[in-house]
Amino acid sequence: MRTAHALAAAVILFAAATAGAPPDRSIVLASTTSTQDSGLFDYLLPIVKQHTGITVRVVAQGTGQALETARRGDCDVVLVHARSEELKFVAEGGSLRRYPVMDNDFVLIGQKSDPAAIGGMNDAARAFRSIRDKKVLFISRGDRSGTNLAELSLWKAAGIDIAKDKGAWYESIGQGMGAALNMASARGAYVLSDRATWANFRNKADLRILVEGDKRMFNQYGVMLVNPVKHPNVKKALGQAFIEFLISPEGQQAIANYRIDGRQVFYPDANAPGA
Amino acid sequence: MPENASALHLLLTSDPALREIVWLSLFVSLSATLFAALIGVPAGALIALTRFRGREPLIVLLNALMGLPPVVAGLVVFLALSRSGPLGSWGLLFTPQAMIIAQTVLVAPIIAALTRQTIEDLWMEYRDELTAMNVAPVRRAITLIADAQFSLVTALLAGFGRATAEVGAIIIVGGNIDGFTRTMTTAIALETSKGELPLAIGLGIVLMLVVFAINALAWGARRAGERLAG
Repeated sequence: MRTAHALAAAVILFAAATAGAPPDRSIVLASTTSTQDSGLFDYLLPIVKQHTGITVRVVAQGTGQALETARRGDCDVVLVHARSEELKFVAEGGSLRRYPVMDNDFVLIGQKSDPAAIGGMNDAARAFRSIRDKKVLFISRGDRSGTNLAELSLWKAAGIDIAKDKGAWYESIGQGMGAALNMASARGAYVLSDRATWANFRNKADLRILVEGDKRMFNQYGVMLVNPVKHPNVKKALGQAFIEFLISPEGQQAIANYRIDGRQVFYPDANAPGA
Repeated sequence: MPENASALHLLLTSDPALREIVWLSLFVSLSATLFAALIGVPAGALIALTRFRGREPLIVLLNALMGLPPVVAGLVVFLALSRSGPLGSWGLLFTPQAMIIAQTVLVAPIIAALTRQTIEDLWMEYRDELTAMNVAPVRRAITLIADAQFSLVTALLAGFGRATAEVGAIIIVGGNIDGFTRTMTTAIALETSKGELPLAIGLGIVLMLVVFAINALAWGARRAGERLAG
């Protein structure tokens, strides 16, 4: 009897939790750890809510995983940073259109002591060669994230086949940007980071930016609505309204206004040709 | 360590965001423990009191499932609830309900295995009496569960402890969405990844205090119950 009561209570509890708020004005956005760890969403999403009434629920993953979430139809919109992967996603019908949103750049981080002597270089490929030649510990995200893919293409630009060339000095950790920075901080390693996550990272210790400003370290973000034909559950109108706001003059201005320690870390470029 | 108290300070000053996180953690883990108990206690008692083919392998399986890695439970529930999975039409992925389901999967075997052991031990003790009184199996189970209720509280607490402590399952099926599916453990993982180590450890301390308080309550209730039962 008591069991029956408990069961009834549990069912009611679950139903109440499932019912949720009446008219649902929320979308699920699969995005990258960089947009979350940099604090951009904490700042931007209340502005989105104010302008559009849409509650954006962010699942922060690496770019590779976020696109996989989109492929499965488990989100409405995806915002990532790996242009070639995004174009591939559109080409295979995952989305009908990719919109460029904003950019910033990657920075090569390392200890103050800089054992590979790369500080001040503005040629990322040369810096990578120096790290490899001196066999100084390098932390790779190793998670198919946008930053990981950018790192791999920088090794390639340096003329290094990292899959073949890596030794004990190259550690692929399969974790997010923050975890990689924590590990680099604890172990005195080099690591590639997006500038925004680095700027917002609070455990810098002896780490600092050693190499920046190479054109190849450009970091472009794009946003896409998951194809509603493939996945009928996608909230098409709300998702599209969210994208329209991001690329609108107000949305672009809001992105430009975001500051970490007084410095701009994302640069809106929805209208830049070829972005 | 004044810095480490920052999360405590937030809690004491009733920061609404933190209160929401604590509340969601408790809601998810207590719901999961309740569902797991509704499944695990009867199942455990049934296995203890009946004899059937494959019973021994089932007991071994149940005991092994006590060590089910949360990330595996999370992945299985994720694949089931994904829009591309068999239960995708429910639309439950990345919601608190998905987290409750995942933790139920994780906790039910623990409660079932511990219940089975408790009830079986008790059955050994009372077998002659209950057999002599010619009590039907279901009545036997109810009698023994009622008799073992205080010991079973420990099984429930073990399950609840597992639920509150894990992060692997809920971060996969919940997605750690701010203000919606963010719990104590997923918040700790996030703050650590942001390098906000003092806040992360502060949240850890809050989590442990909350778990301690729940256990103290359960212990108090058990004591009171025993006194009433004389």
